[in-house]
Amino acid sequence: MWRYLVKRFMLMFPTMLGVALLTFILIRVIPGDVVELRYAGDRGAVSQDVLTKERARFGLDQPLWKQFTTWIWGVARLDFGESMWTGAPIWQEIRLRFALSLQVAIMATIVAVALSIPLGVLAALKQDTWIDYAVRIFSIAGLATPSFWLGIVFILMLLIVFHWLPPMVYTPFWVNPWENIKQLIWPALAVGYRYSAVGMRMTRSAMLEVLREDYIRTARAKGLVQRLVLARHALKNAMLPVATVIALEFAFLIGGLVVTEQVFNLNGLGLLFVQAVAHRDYTLIQALVMLVAGVFIVVNFLMDVGYAWLDPRIRYR
Amino acid sequence: MQRSLVRALGAAVTLIAAASIAAVIPVAVIPAGAQDKPRSGGELIFVVPSEPPSYDAHQEETFGVIHPMAPHYSTLLRVDPNDKTGTKPVGDIAESWTVSKDALTYTFKIRQGVKFHDGSELTAKDVKASYDKILKPPAGVKSLRKEAYGSIASIDAPDAHTFVVKLKYPESSILLNLASPWNWVYKADIIAKDPHWYEKNVNGTGPFKFVEHVKGSHWVGKKNPDYWDKGKPYLDSYRAIFISASAAQVAAVRGERAMIQFRSFSPPERDQLVQALGNKITVQESPWDCVNLVAMHHEKKPFDDKRVRRALTLALDRYEGGKALSKITLVKDVGGIQVPGTPYATPPAELEKLAGYGRDINASRAEAKRLLKEAGVPDGFSFVFKNRGIPHPYEPLGIWLISQWKQIGLNVRQEIIEASAYHPMLKRGDFEVAMDFQCGFIVEPDLDLPRFLSHSDANYGRHKDTVIDDLYSRQGRATDPEERKKILRQLEKRLLDEEAHVAYTLQWHRIVPHLSKVKGWTITPSHYLNNQLDAVWLSE
Repeated sequence: MWRYLVKRFMLMFPTMLGVALLTFILIRVIPGDVVELRYAGDRGAVSQDVLTKERARFGLDQPLWKQFTTWIWGVARLDFGESMWTGAPIWQEIRLRFALSLQVAIMATIVAVALSIPLGVLAALKQDTWIDYAVRIFSIAGLATPSFWLGIVFILMLLIVFHWLPPMVYTPFWVNPWENIKQLIWPALAVGYRYSAVGMRMTRSAMLEVLREDYIRTARAKGLVQRLVLARHALKNAMLPVATVIALEFAFLIGGLVVTEQVFNLNGLGLLFVQAVAHRDYTLIQALVMLVAGVFIVVNFLMDVGYAWLDPRIRYR
Repeated sequence: MQRSLVRALGAAVTLIAAASIAAVIPVAVIPAGAQDKPRSGGELIFVVPSEPPSYDAHQEETFGVIHPMAPHYSTLLRVDPNDKTGTKPVGDIAESWTVSKDALTYTFKIRQGVKFHDGSELTAKDVKASYDKILKPPAGVKSLRKEAYGSIASIDAPDAHTFVVKLKYPESSILLNLASPWNWVYKADIIAKDPHWYEKNVNGTGPFKFVEHVKGSHWVGKKNPDYWDKGKPYLDSYRAIFISASAAQVAAVRGERAMIQFRSFSPPERDQLVQALGNKITVQESPWDCVNLVAMHHEKKPFDDKRVRRALTLALDRYEGGKALSKITLVKDVGGIQVPGTPYATPPAELEKLAGYGRDINASRAEAKRLLKEAGVPDGFSFVFKNRGIPHPYEPLGIWLISQWKQIGLNVRQEIIEASAYHPMLKRGDFEVAMDFQCGFIVEPDLDLPRFLSHSDANYGRHKDTVIDDLYSRQGRATDPEERKKILRQLEKRLLDEEAHVAYTLQWHRIVPHLSKVKGWTITPSHYLNNQLDAVWLSE
């Protein structure tokens, strides 16, 4: 078991290095740089001398290999540097937004789990009845509806029908829970619905597969009540693929809510990502990609640990 | 509100219907109302579509610095907040000023009792230190607009309340240049200790004190009780909310989460707000000190031939274009080298005499075809028009230009250049014909026209014209406004007609819808002006 976990853990480092190298190269392929965007804008009044000095200040005049080694040495020491656009430390820029993105991800996951598992199980148990069809329509609609579109519809509904709009400024939950929920419930619902649809489909098909297994038939044959058959034998085994989907979706939500964050004006990592790319803020983009990649890798690692717990056969391989 | 929220949660069925209703609502515009007696109190909440990269206006270019931060600062002079042309300088911390007979020495009397937010008193020494930072920045400190002050020979603070500016030659624009909204007055002692201090900190003498800045979210200022103009500001505080997506900006005003956005909305957004909010919204509009130009590369054939360049400008039906495009995007008025309605703007009758500005478009296009024939391209020719990848107003304007040029037999293919690659492309000269752009912070020929000088970095078409250079120099030194106007008309005729070095398209149009309870704010042609908020108040 420990060997398995150590092996999985060690694999994280070459993956991160690969992500770092790829990000570093790709972002520099895009035309324009932060200096050009910030100072050579609409009036074209800034002299070439200023632009050259600014590039030198950011180290953009150095060869690419040198820029990379300087940056990666900083990352190894957990020093991601400063934002090229604002001059603020990267950790400060990210810390501000991370709490909001994490909360939306958690709330959307709660919505998704609360909808997907009961409805998915219900659909599997009532296969080919009107309940199953209703759940399938609901889930297909969720898959087909982009969450940002649903977000726009939410906003329009709130504005037109209720003449009310969610707060525009983020209030942390511990400062004012009601104000916080008023703002974040809508994106959580918009995102959670699509997210739940994926989980619902997966739960239904996994449950259908498990319910046909011999050990379920045996459990029923020995007279175990339906509730215990489901809870003890079916659900735990059916949860393996569902947990995978939910965990990967959760990791995606940390930095992937780009358009939804714009629609609701959420000061989260997705919006920061867009701004960083628009500003060619290399240091910030690199740090954000590393963060999101890190979240994915850690979630994957935790899933591996979870698999080992859920399926004892994995531990002994 | 809680009841609304609960109801909202259960109203999923109404969603689609509600969205459909929004799509079919008609639109109307309500003119700005009269201003009543100011009332004190309240918090102004406004949207800012951009965010300050640093806090030092001397080294920034974006309105994202001006809008949330200008209320913290004073400038030596300012543009009269009630002047719709945005061209009349008035004193800010300068109480008054005198000009020597030779127009070379300007002596400013600095107000007494002006205090920085840290409690210290402002003196002329602070004004001098701030201008020293702008004119001669210390090593490692940027100053983006120092070239605009080439006429200044020296500055001095002979005593605590006198600031003197000496010029190398008379310059008619100097007072407006000293009213620049970027030239915030900083504290001399702080600059002396650390010239970078103001990049990350705030300490001004403006009507509002700094409270907090949460990056990506908002900026808050509170009333400065020690502001020199007693009784002002009227507001208790203000809150600037940073919202980049235009749909979210509109929603913020429509949902009354914000009261105003000081830059501009598009015509459809204005109509949407007016329809939704009725008499709760007031719309102020103005020609905008921003314009798209057509740059034609003078070193590439056939654009080295002025007949071809003239044909391109003659093909444009600007008057009809203005009418049509103003319904969908941010352009409207037909103008010359200055914003219509401002002191040095071309009178309409004179404007119509310029190539491409005549009312008879058929005659203009016939002349364009004749010129093309004379230039050896009677059947027209093909070229690539490079446009900037920004929806408003670039893309509609680009489509309009292509349709106009087609009328004289030109076959134009548009190539959209991603926004960040656009200026490097212009600077490299990697185009035949391209959309160019300029946006000023005060309508003033000395600030708007340097880009047309032969040596300018922003002369993307790379024309060399010593006549233009000379006329520019002469207009700037002409102290008599009428004389200056005459020279400007000559310059304009040469630039847009005789040589057709560039073609102006249509003036941008600024549209600021705001909640009617916001009073005491007047629109100007520049979104960089009138942001100190000292005179703004809320009627409820």
